[in-house]
Amino acid sequence: MSFDWIKLLGFIVTPLIASAVGFTYMGLSRKITARVQNRIGPGISQSFIDVVKLYSKKTAINHGLMQHMGPVFAITASITTLLFLPVIKDSIFFANFSFRGDLIFLIYIMVFGQLGMALGAGQTGNPNSAIGVSRGLSQMVGFKVPYVMALVAIMIHAKSTNLQEIIAVQDGFRNWMVFQMPLASLAGLLAYLGYMGYAPFDVPFAPAELASGPPSEFGGKYLALMMTSRSIFTFAKLVLFVDVFFGGASNFIELLIKTFLLYLFALFVGLVNPRFRTEQSIQFWWKWPTAIGALALLLVAWKG
Amino acid sequence: MNPNINDKDSRKIVDIIQSYAQKHSLWVLAYGTGCGAIEIPPTMTSRYDAERFGITGRPTPRMADVLLITGYLATKTLKRVIRSYEQMQSPKYVIGFGSCTINGGMYWDSYNTIKSLDHYLPVDVYINGCMPRPEAVISGFVKLQEMISNGTANGWEKYRDNLDLYRSQQKEVIKNWQMPDYNW
Ligand code: SF4
Repeated sequence: MSFDWIKLLGFIVTPLIASAVGFTYMGLSRKITARVQNRIGPGISQSFIDVVKLYSKKTAINHGLMQHMGPVFAITASITTLLFLPVIKDSIFFANFSFRGDLIFLIYIMVFGQLGMALGAGQTGNPNSAIGVSRGLSQMVGFKVPYVMALVAIMIHAKSTNLQEIIAVQDGFRNWMVFQMPLASLAGLLAYLGYMGYAPFDVPFAPAELASGPPSEFGGKYLALMMTSRSIFTFAKLVLFVDVFFGGASNFIELLIKTFLLYLFALFVGLVNPRFRTEQSIQFWWKWPTAIGALALLLVAWKG
Repeated sequence: MNPNINDKDSRKIVDIIQSYAQKHSLWVLAYGTGCGAIEIPPTMTSRYDAERFGITGRPTPRMADVLLITGYLATKTLKRVIRSYEQMQSPKYVIGFGSCTINGGMYWDSYNTIKSLDHYLPVDVYINGCMPRPEAVISGFVKLQEMISNGTANGWEKYRDNLDLYRSQQKEVIKNWQMPDYNW
């Protein structure tokens, strides 16, 4: 196998673009939240300013090795997730590591960052962090069920576990997975709401009751690293859901439009909802989304 | 050749970016000690919208940049305030809010409140009034931003350099000092 310079450049450029887009979306979300609440709100670049400020803090406290490693695990997992996604359809530059069976690999690797964060937050010894971690992990058990059911149904339907082939199945607007497989897509998109962590599913972070949960003992550069990781991971999740359910994107503009609309969906649901309690949120996912996902699985197994 | 290139006082481009970011992103830990705390919610929410200056509330001292002390401090509360201040990551700033932090205000002859906050913590900006209105609070924050951009908001350095002095003054009012030592 020859060494591919174009691909190497892609590996370097993709995370940079991802974090830039992620921070811009976070800034836009703050602006939109402000407009919904009849405020003027901060500028779009506010997230960039915040993260630069955090990186320029002069002191950083940690309580041990694991807290040091937690944000590093998180950012590693975010970049890995991103590098296994075909960001733009049929492009060598952005295809990255996409390989046969990458969707199954992604289901596993997307948990890794949260587990690393859980270990890191656990070492801080802050009770709020511990409660936040336990809530976050139980919530993950909740929304992973419909999420995996939806993805398995789609994999059976497309007869492939490769994301690029799944994108290839959905060429043309009317062949998007949301129209081919409405039930599986409904389950998947509900699970997506849980992934984004906006209200009503912001159970683990709950700033008013848990003092922001797992990251409550992280300050300065640790927090900056976590924010960077979050921006990359947000973009990676959006790209994954656009690839699986909305037919991917053949150029960058299309990608931005599709991901931003998907982001707005989660944001608007979050803006008009209060927060669930932990058991309410798990009950929510184990009722309707799971039932819809199971139905989709049965239908696709019966047909195919 | 530029003669200032090795001058310690010349500002590098990194410093300019950093001070810009520090100026425009102030995360506040609002320590609601006294009655003045009632003016914080209107400052932060829709009516006065402090977020357009990059000022947002943060729930924990580890994340915060600005410690906002809203009013009188009982000696018991002072202990917690000192602990919170020392957990913050520098550069960090203190804003004293209301006459009570300046000279004791209407509690000037009380037996269990401190009279002047800057004997115990390095205050960067005072906002006077009993209680100051949200406009005054925001103008205090703008003053702090000006001080950050011209490099005079260095209370945290003063605290670090004169730690012994501050400690002895703190221990004068806090009799049962049972706290761990300072960790930066
Ligand atoms: S300055 Fe006035 S409003 Fe503020 S804490 Fe003191 S008495 Fe209360």
